[in-house]
Amino acid sequence: MQELITQSYPAEKVLLLSLNRLEKRNALNNATLRHLVELLQQAEQNPDVGVVVITGHASCFAAGADLAELADLDVVNLQLDERPQLWQKIDSFSKPLIVAVNGYALGAGFELVLHADIVLCGENAKFALPEIGLGMLPGAGGTQRLARLVGQQLAMRWAMTGEMLSAEQALQHGICSQVSPTALTVQYAVELAGKIARQAPLALRVIKQSIKNIHETSLSQGLKLERQSFVWLAATQDRQEGISAFFEKRKPVFKGQ
Amino acid sequence: MDYQHILVKEHNQVGYLTLNRPKQLNSFNVAMHQEVAEVLKNWTVNPEIRCVVISGEGRGFCAGQDLSDRVVDPDAAAPDLGVSIEKFYNPLIKTLVNMPKPVICAVNGVAAGAGANIALACDLVIAAKSASFIQAFCRLGLVPDSGGTWFLPRAVGHARAMGLALLGDKLSAEDAKQLGMIWDVAEDAELQDKVTALAERLAKQPTFGLSLIKKAIHQSSHNTFEQQLTLERDLQRIAGRSDDYREGVQAFMQKREPNYTGC
Repeated sequence: MQELITQSYPAEKVLLLSLNRLEKRNALNNATLRHLVELLQQAEQNPDVGVVVITGHASCFAAGADLAELADLDVVNLQLDERPQLWQKIDSFSKPLIVAVNGYALGAGFELVLHADIVLCGENAKFALPEIGLGMLPGAGGTQRLARLVGQQLAMRWAMTGEMLSAEQALQHGICSQVSPTALTVQYAVELAGKIARQAPLALRVIKQSIKNIHETSLSQGLKLERQSFVWLAATQDRQEGISAFFEKRKPVFKGQ
Repeated sequence: MDYQHILVKEHNQVGYLTLNRPKQLNSFNVAMHQEVAEVLKNWTVNPEIRCVVISGEGRGFCAGQDLSDRVVDPDAAAPDLGVSIEKFYNPLIKTLVNMPKPVICAVNGVAAGAGANIALACDLVIAAKSASFIQAFCRLGLVPDSGGTWFLPRAVGHARAMGLALLGDKLSAEDAKQLGMIWDVAEDAELQDKVTALAERLAKQPTFGLSLIKKAIHQSSHNTFEQQLTLERDLQRIAGRSDDYREGVQAFMQKREPNYTGC
């Protein structure tokens, strides 16, 4: 059977996951989403994985959920749907998660992008929340994460019209941090992942927690948590190593301890 | 391929599209727009076509919009001219600019209104000595469309763009060349041969590399210097992976003519 998601290690401590159902435009059906969660959970445990990069195909990142699956679910079955838990597990992945988007990221595809810590786009990337056209709303955090990212005006407009955004608009509004020619998106995402994977793993972990936490707490609570993490890192060997290497003018060797 | 308003020929990897409503100076109506769009869409993706030539049949190149194709009843409600621009002219200009292969415009006669600006959207413009360019829009109370207000100041500078657009005077082919608005002028009788030779030469070049050059030059108009240097790095990375680059280097080392495939 064809792998739903292919895995490779294109750089040291970088795991690249490529959605591999191009014939279905990488639609995120339950099986794919489940497999993605399994792979992330393995990556979570694997000390050889520092950063995960998720990508799709040059022409399509992921064109939404699987409509056939969704259409079969009535209100009762939707109550019991496993998808919210799957999304929650993606959200709680503790290592840096980079998404490299080429082509269409629509609906659930866009929502998967919004789960990433850092997003890089090819210039052919296109984003939309087309659920409204089906009489639905985005169901995997689309309204929440997008509004927090770009504000009410744009989130309302895009969710209510299903309008398509270009890579340039995505960059302008902070949905991605870089746009490159399509042929180079994955390469640049992997290079960035490699750079991050060389950093101290425990520091990365608390940076991710601390920044993701901004949506959950007030500034004063966030500052307290940041301070706690700051103090906690003082107990790590990697912090000593980082400081020593700085004074000795050499590159630090981090061990995640 | 049979079309009502255009002539289409494919020869030696060059696609020739000739606007063919000579009695109306090849002005655009809806049907001609649709035919042109269909042919250009095909050539954009067709790897057998490595250069495109656009020209006009008869004494004119293109007089822009066919005014008789629009409602001009002075008592009727104001027409929405934005509709045909959004539906036909803007997509046509984008297709020409984004075509991943060189596009030559052979301006055989008068190029007026959108006709003049379609020429400016092409990569290389060669005009017959008797040809002329007219930004006719101002004479009817309209604004230069089809990219005119974008291409003109970039091609000839702010002052001359203003003069051309506000006055709508006829600009001769020789003067257009002098201003740097077009690439070259040919004697009327020699235009066709000159264009064919140039097109066939371009069709043998590394087409993919040429498409990246087009992209870089088009993006330069809105990039900062830093962004453009980054873009050049990126495009060179991509160009370096092409078959034609390998072939070019090999041919150079072996002191022979390269045989480019366009990939």
